[in-house]
Amino acid sequence: MAEFFHMGGYGAYVWAAYAVFVVVLLADALAPLWQRRGTLRDIAARLRRESKRKTTP
Amino acid sequence: MKPGTTSAACVALLRRDLALTWRRRGDALNPLLFAVIVVALFPFALGPEAQVLERIAAGTIFVAVLLAALLSLDSLFRSDLDDGSLEQLVLSPHPLSLLLACKIAIHWLTTALPLIAIAPLLAMLLHLPDSVLPVLLAALALATPLLSLIGAICVALTVALRRSGMLLTLLVLPLIVPVLIFGAGACNAAQAGLPYAAPLLWLGAWLVLALVLAPLATAAALKISLT
Amino acid sequence: MNPLVLWFHKLGSPPYFYRFAGRFLPWLYAIALVSGAIGLYGGLVVAPADYQQGDSFRMIYVHVPCAWMSLFVYAFMAANAFVALVWRIKLSETLAMASAPVGAAFTFITLVTGSLWGKPMWGTWWTWDARLTSELVLLFLYLGVIGLYHAIEDVRQAARAAAFLALIGVVNLPIVHYSVVWWNTLHQGQTVSLMGQSKISQSMLWPLLTMAFATHVYFFASLLARARAALLALESGKDWVRAIALAQPTREASAHG
Repeated sequence: MAEFFHMGGYGAYVWAAYAVFVVVLLADALAPLWQRRGTLRDIAARLRRESKRKTTP
Repeated sequence: MKPGTTSAACVALLRRDLALTWRRRGDALNPLLFAVIVVALFPFALGPEAQVLERIAAGTIFVAVLLAALLSLDSLFRSDLDDGSLEQLVLSPHPLSLLLACKIAIHWLTTALPLIAIAPLLAMLLHLPDSVLPVLLAALALATPLLSLIGAICVALTVALRRSGMLLTLLVLPLIVPVLIFGAGACNAAQAGLPYAAPLLWLGAWLVLALVLAPLATAAALKISLT
Repeated sequence: MNPLVLWFHKLGSPPYFYRFAGRFLPWLYAIALVSGAIGLYGGLVVAPADYQQGDSFRMIYVHVPCAWMSLFVYAFMAANAFVALVWRIKLSETLAMASAPVGAAFTFITLVTGSLWGKPMWGTWWTWDARLTSELVLLFLYLGVIGLYHAIEDVRQAARAAAFLALIGVVNLPIVHYSVVWWNTLHQGQTVSLMGQSKISQSMLWPLLTMAFATHVYFFASLLARARAALLALESGKDWVRAIALAQPTREASAHG
């Protein structure tokens, strides 16, 4: 197992490359989720404000 | 009212732009000053040895001229947008690309041509060998119009923005990499005693291509920006 | 009308696309994750070490698929930009702009992993080799498209301007590539190739192809997710978006109501 992580002496480079790959793509995958949630929250808040304005003269 | 001929419109536009530049002739000197300052800074950073400066002279002058031209690009449509004449140009019955080509030509004449004129001075400051100077001037003569034409497209895309400085640089940079490579490459080849015709011919070919396509692209970009 | 053409027209309608993409997204993510896991297992465990580069060659399984993707995504973006500018299809604008950040991410990974690979192989983090330099210029192009899109306030105008820039980049990219190649020969730069001349063996190849497949599927998943989010923002005044927003249980709503 230790040998697997050692990667014949290139462990630091190989694992750093795979870490960059995973981290960047994970961030890329999460970004639209957050964006979508934020947009929906904004719209819902705006709709609530509008309905409140209509009901209370 | 009947519109005048297209050539009359072009002449009127050329005369107007020349007159406007002449009234603000102090501003027109800014790119020159900038290029001289950039070139003058290099010996301070690298030391005054002639061999070192000679080696980097052509590249440094090219970068300085490109940066100076980039600095002046922002003013290409700025004042016309502010006083509304740009919208008049877009609405005019004449082909927009032709009118824009006139504007780009004036911009090149007033900002890039002076830069080419002081290039021998910059070359002297950096000890560029005399034999390379004609190649440098030829490369600049081909590269600066290309920069004005490519830059005009990017300026047209960013014209509606309040602050476009950094963004404009980001847009122009990848597009002028080949110009820089072949322009400075021709000078370096000449300096190394290698044939330098091929890169100059490539620059010429792109210039012809850009002369035809860039005004059309600028017109299309401007129409997107002003809708 | 031909049912396929009809379906294509329907897909152009934002609410239909939103629902369609929402149905496919989990599947795409699952396929990308599973094939990516298989590819990584194959690349890290099954494939033998290279006889020249040892285990460091295993970086190929992230570097090369991402490099392929950086170009594929640009081509996809440019194709959508073309459709958006010529036929003014709103969905194409959204798709073109949604693919830009994904492409930039792949290009960034390519550059970083290339640098990490270069250090043990070339002894330096960076060389101005033709492919790395072109990739750097490609990253600048992506950043320019993203920057222009975010700088212009009106979303549709921003998308059209950025799409136009993407198309200019298509003309520019081959010119950049060939000029950089020429520049490299002039300066007698490093001509060492990471891939080597030798043919890649079967046991090394299949994980690479699997990773390439996984990154393609991932791209489409990320693209659909981004397009969905962008459509919601773009159509925030429309009824179908209001219905989705109101159906969404939010913390704020429970706190206030």
